[in-house]
Amino acid sequence: MIVNPETIPSRPAPASRRGIIGWLRANLFSSPLNSLLSLSGLIFLAWALPPVVQWVFLEANFLGENKDACTSEGACWVFVSARFQQFLYGFYPDTELWRVNLFFFEMAAVLTWVLWDKMPKRLWGGIWFLTGFPLTSFFLLYGGFGLETVETHKWGGLMLTLVLSLVGMVIALPVGILLALGRRSDMPAISSFCTVFIELWRGVPLITILFMASVMLPLFVPGDIELDKLIRAMIGISLFEAALIAEVIRGGLQAMPKGQYEAADAMGLTYWQGMRQIIMPQVLKISIPGIVNTFVQLFKDTSLVLIIGLFDLLAVMQAGIADVNWPNVAIEGFVFTGFVFWLFCFGISRYSQLLERKLDTGHKS
Amino acid sequence: MQAELQKQKKSAVNIPSEVETETMISLKGVNKWYGDFHVLKDINLTVKKGERIVVCGPSGSGKSTMIRCINRLEEHQEGEIDVNGVTLTNDLKNIEHIRKDVGMVFQHFNLFPHLTVLENCTLAPIWVRRMPRQEAEAIAMQYLERVQIPCQAHKYPGQLSGGQQQRVAIARSLCMNPQVMLFDEPTSALDPEMIKEVLDVMVELAEEGMTMICVTHEMGFARTVANRVIFMDGGQIIEENAPEPFFNDPQSDRTKLFLSQILSH
Ligand SMILES: Nc1ncnc2c1ncn2[C@@H]1O[C@H](COP(=O)(O)OP(=O)(O)O)[C@@H](O)[C@H]1O
Ligand SMILES: [Mg+2]
Repeated sequence: MIVNPETIPSRPAPASRRGIIGWLRANLFSSPLNSLLSLSGLIFLAWALPPVVQWVFLEANFLGENKDACTSEGACWVFVSARFQQFLYGFYPDTELWRVNLFFFEMAAVLTWVLWDKMPKRLWGGIWFLTGFPLTSFFLLYGGFGLETVETHKWGGLMLTLVLSLVGMVIALPVGILLALGRRSDMPAISSFCTVFIELWRGVPLITILFMASVMLPLFVPGDIELDKLIRAMIGISLFEAALIAEVIRGGLQAMPKGQYEAADAMGLTYWQGMRQIIMPQVLKISIPGIVNTFVQLFKDTSLVLIIGLFDLLAVMQAGIADVNWPNVAIEGFVFTGFVFWLFCFGISRYSQLLERKLDTGHKS
Repeated sequence: MQAELQKQKKSAVNIPSEVETETMISLKGVNKWYGDFHVLKDINLTVKKGERIVVCGPSGSGKSTMIRCINRLEEHQEGEIDVNGVTLTNDLKNIEHIRKDVGMVFQHFNLFPHLTVLENCTLAPIWVRRMPRQEAEAIAMQYLERVQIPCQAHKYPGQLSGGQQQRVAIARSLCMNPQVMLFDEPTSALDPEMIKEVLDVMVELAEEGMTMICVTHEMGFARTVANRVIFMDGGQIIEENAPEPFFNDPQSDRTKLFLSQILSH
């Protein structure tokens, strides 16, 4: 017989499992193969990093008026700084730039309001984001109420990229949710309509959709109504993204245990109450990675509007490197725009990870 | 086993033996098919107000299907189901009306994992009964106290044990002030030491005169609490009797076989 009445007190983990040494051992040198990979990684970095740093920072020229300012071996960031206005605003008139700046500012403010959980009255922030913000942005950017009209073909650069992405995301999410619910509906008319819609839009490349929006849509719109090229692009992008989002959401809906629907039903909630209070909050939570993936994709895909003659950030840059006054700045141009796109996408991705951690209620089932 | 049954029997001396004559639930000639599979065959059952029915039978015999027809989680194809004077039809208003009055407790609790325990309890009163939040929270705390978990009110279901979760699920149903409670194997997913805490809550409910239909294989519970025990097999009600004669003197061979199987371990 064995009797062991004393409780054994907990001891700290051995030193080899703690601190920096412990971390290194666990993560980089846990096995011979792992150590070999870590070492080769370090050697590669030691070989590749110094030239990059030299090109980007140490031997680069930053300020100046034209190509002559680029005297050293490294990157010619003068190209970027000299054309910064175009990169940001496209061909927006000089005197009206304050309007775009105000738009940037409002966007930053309202996004902070909605996305940062320490802000007060975030519900109102959300309502403003979906109603007041689009309206004020429209008047600011396009004109009206005494503001001079700036036609959309003058819009461009990062501003256009942001406008297209925001419109795309704001329309695609709710439309995508409705399409996903519709596709699972018991009513054959609704479910077949949604299925056909989703499969049609999802199965066509975005380039084709943009071409059709710019070339074919005018043929179907009656008479003298001329739909703005930018609006056509927005509709095309939004519906394309909505179809993608719908499938992400449908995946989330399918992952929900049947018991959740049954409990909601059994308590007497209506279909929409159950969806709003029980199903969608959980579905959106588990769909965050998929939704964010689609949004990141959308943000980058907006650069395809280049082919229908809209000048987003990438298009403005490409026009810039084609300029005869700026020979040999293609690398700088692509590195810079790539970096800007990456910065935004990385931001979206980090925020989504934060959100996932915050929404985790310790439930796994 | 026998001693435990005796103990449970003694502890519940307050069970009301009088049953009112008002009919709460009636199923008349109910038939249901899943595709070609005839899952419910000519079910006739009347439950009076305050009555406590225990339903047992082998797995797949249609017990869950039967009680799920009562709140229209499943649709029956033939026959009539009345709940508290309302006949179940395809009319959504009708169905929602009945669901307000019928609480249901599931085998796997089905709590809402994204809401706290308190929010789980106040959701339906707020949205279905249009109750002000404060009132709903006060009532919810009252019921959480009754099932003895008031201090977990602000935790999430994922942080509770199975027994605690099932007690929350019971409290959540009670918050709607239901006329009837349906239980579908409420203790089958629980570890043995948690079964009692849930059964205790159910016994207490019975003492207060709640109309209950319980699908369960807890025979001790059936003996102490039930007015009638129903045995189902192959989608039929095979035998229906008061608990004493049902357990001591089962009539049909299938009932005898079933009882000998579940009481033998
Ligand atoms: N949605 C369904 N579709 C088809 N068959 C089902 C469905 N649900 C249950 N069944 C079948 O109906 C029978 C009765 O199921 P159920 O009522 O859950 O039995 P019990 O609760 O008595 O174990 C089982 O044979 C089961 O396989
Ligand atoms: Mg069952």
